[in-house]
Amino acid sequence: MQNLPFTYASFATFLAQKKLMGARCQACGTLSLPPRAICPNCHADRMEWVEMPERGTLAAFTSIYVGQSALLAEGYDRSNPYCAGIVELENGLRVSARILGVDPRNPAGIRIGSPMILEILDRKVEGDSLPILAFRVL
Amino acid sequence: MRIAGPLSRGVALVGAGMSPFGVFRQKTNRDLFAEAYLDMGRSIDRGFDPAEIETLYVGNFSSDRFEGQGHLAPILADAVGLVPLPATRVEDACASGGAAIRQAVMAIASGMHDVVLVGGVEQMTRLTTLQVTDVLSTAGDMLYEMGSGFTFPGIFAAMATAYMHRYGMKPEHLFQVALKSHANGALNPKAQFNLSLRDWMAARAAAARQKDLPAPTWNDELDFLRDETANPTIAWPLRLFDCAPITDGAACLLLVTAGRAREFTDDPIYIIGSGQASDHALAGHADLAGLRAARLAAQSAYQMAGVAASDIRLAEVHDCFTIAEIIATEDLGFFPPGSGYRMVEDGVTNRDGPRPVNTSGGLKAKGHPVGASGIAQVVEIWEQMRGEAGERQVRGDLPLALTHNVGGTGGTCVVHIYERR
Repeated sequence: MQNLPFTYASFATFLAQKKLMGARCQACGTLSLPPRAICPNCHADRMEWVEMPERGTLAAFTSIYVGQSALLAEGYDRSNPYCAGIVELENGLRVSARILGVDPRNPAGIRIGSPMILEILDRKVEGDSLPILAFRVL
Repeated sequence: MRIAGPLSRGVALVGAGMSPFGVFRQKTNRDLFAEAYLDMGRSIDRGFDPAEIETLYVGNFSSDRFEGQGHLAPILADAVGLVPLPATRVEDACASGGAAIRQAVMAIASGMHDVVLVGGVEQMTRLTTLQVTDVLSTAGDMLYEMGSGFTFPGIFAAMATAYMHRYGMKPEHLFQVALKSHANGALNPKAQFNLSLRDWMAARAAAARQKDLPAPTWNDELDFLRDETANPTIAWPLRLFDCAPITDGAACLLLVTAGRAREFTDDPIYIIGSGQASDHALAGHADLAGLRAARLAAQSAYQMAGVAASDIRLAEVHDCFTIAEIIATEDLGFFPPGSGYRMVEDGVTNRDGPRPVNTSGGLKAKGHPVGASGIAQVVEIWEQMRGEAGERQVRGDLPLALTHNVGGTGGTCVVHIYERR
């Protein structure tokens, strides 16, 4: 695991293993998500993979009624909206994710600050499995 | 981030023009650009000799995907007779126009060029709304941001929820921005929506009657905006009338070294401040209810110009969504964080208010041909500062004005400051 390059392909490989991984700078300790090959704080290039916390809180969200074509292919549309949002992890880093366990048709009832837990989805695209980062309201 | 001092050589705007904005499926990028170029030429008081132009910078987001045409700059140069001049396309998503202006400012301030054509263009409506949604998504981070299903309206909708949560704004406050934009757009003959919301409601009712359907009735504009049929949710809390439309259009400016401005006009507008900054994808923003790139770009532009936010009399800001206009007025320092929505409600940003914002109708009503939007903002500033804005002219002197142009999910912001002496 330590030897994987700091690329999106590695990030996706971890996601397929149900792990949300970020990078930590071995020089200054700064955490980085998305993972980066170069530290955004001290610019050193000695990074290591670290697993991110599974828990966080909802920081921002939306119910999407007119979605991306990939989501329409999953069956979402105007009468069946989906929720996407920003989750703040317990270590303070934030990620974009699909938001589960809420009623997208009643967005006014979704609460910022709600506790969330990681749940990585499997989407089948032409036979291949594509992991999707999601969080569920606890 | 180091902030630059005053420009080493002054830069003046001596002409500004645009094509009508709207749906023109029969017109290509080059057709739209030529229209804007000719309109710009007509705006130059003493006229100009095209042979004096030395180079072209053009803002364009995605002619590759919207029109199937890459490498657009030489094609546009060809369309207006400027081959073999250097021609460069500048791409920073919706801030492509503002970024192109900045390239021209640097080219003139450096002493390399005296006379520079700056343009922006986007042909968008040949694709379906779904296809346009996908193309616009590419202005976000396709790996770590848009993969979670976010659309472009969705990103700004998420910012709106963070803003509402922190400051207590309600979704209906956003209606006030749309009402103002459409009131201004109704007075702009080049606007895609050159009609007020009342005109719009009447047109909807007439269309229903023509099809022998029961004509919808609404008590007033707010009643219309609350109607989920007339104003459907796109990405909660944003509804159709919170979103800038899909638009075809182009705009052009002629920038020259300040020392030669009087060759073209007795009433040039000087560009005295330029700022630009970048940021992470939305999740990485320091503040989800504001854009740090906009704050940094504004700070840079104010410092270069030697002016303060309170000196600015007029602004065209990047209202790709209604919430974006509210956040912009705070990021620019016009109003304290969390108070922008109340300022709209109180009419402070109306055309006849103390701090007019988006007198053109903004991206919302004038239209948002992505690469042209940052240039068309300057066309409005040019007309307003010179007292040529007709029915929508702001009263009184306008010595200082500002444009604010945002790209993607806040990944780019460009601010320019204009002075009339």
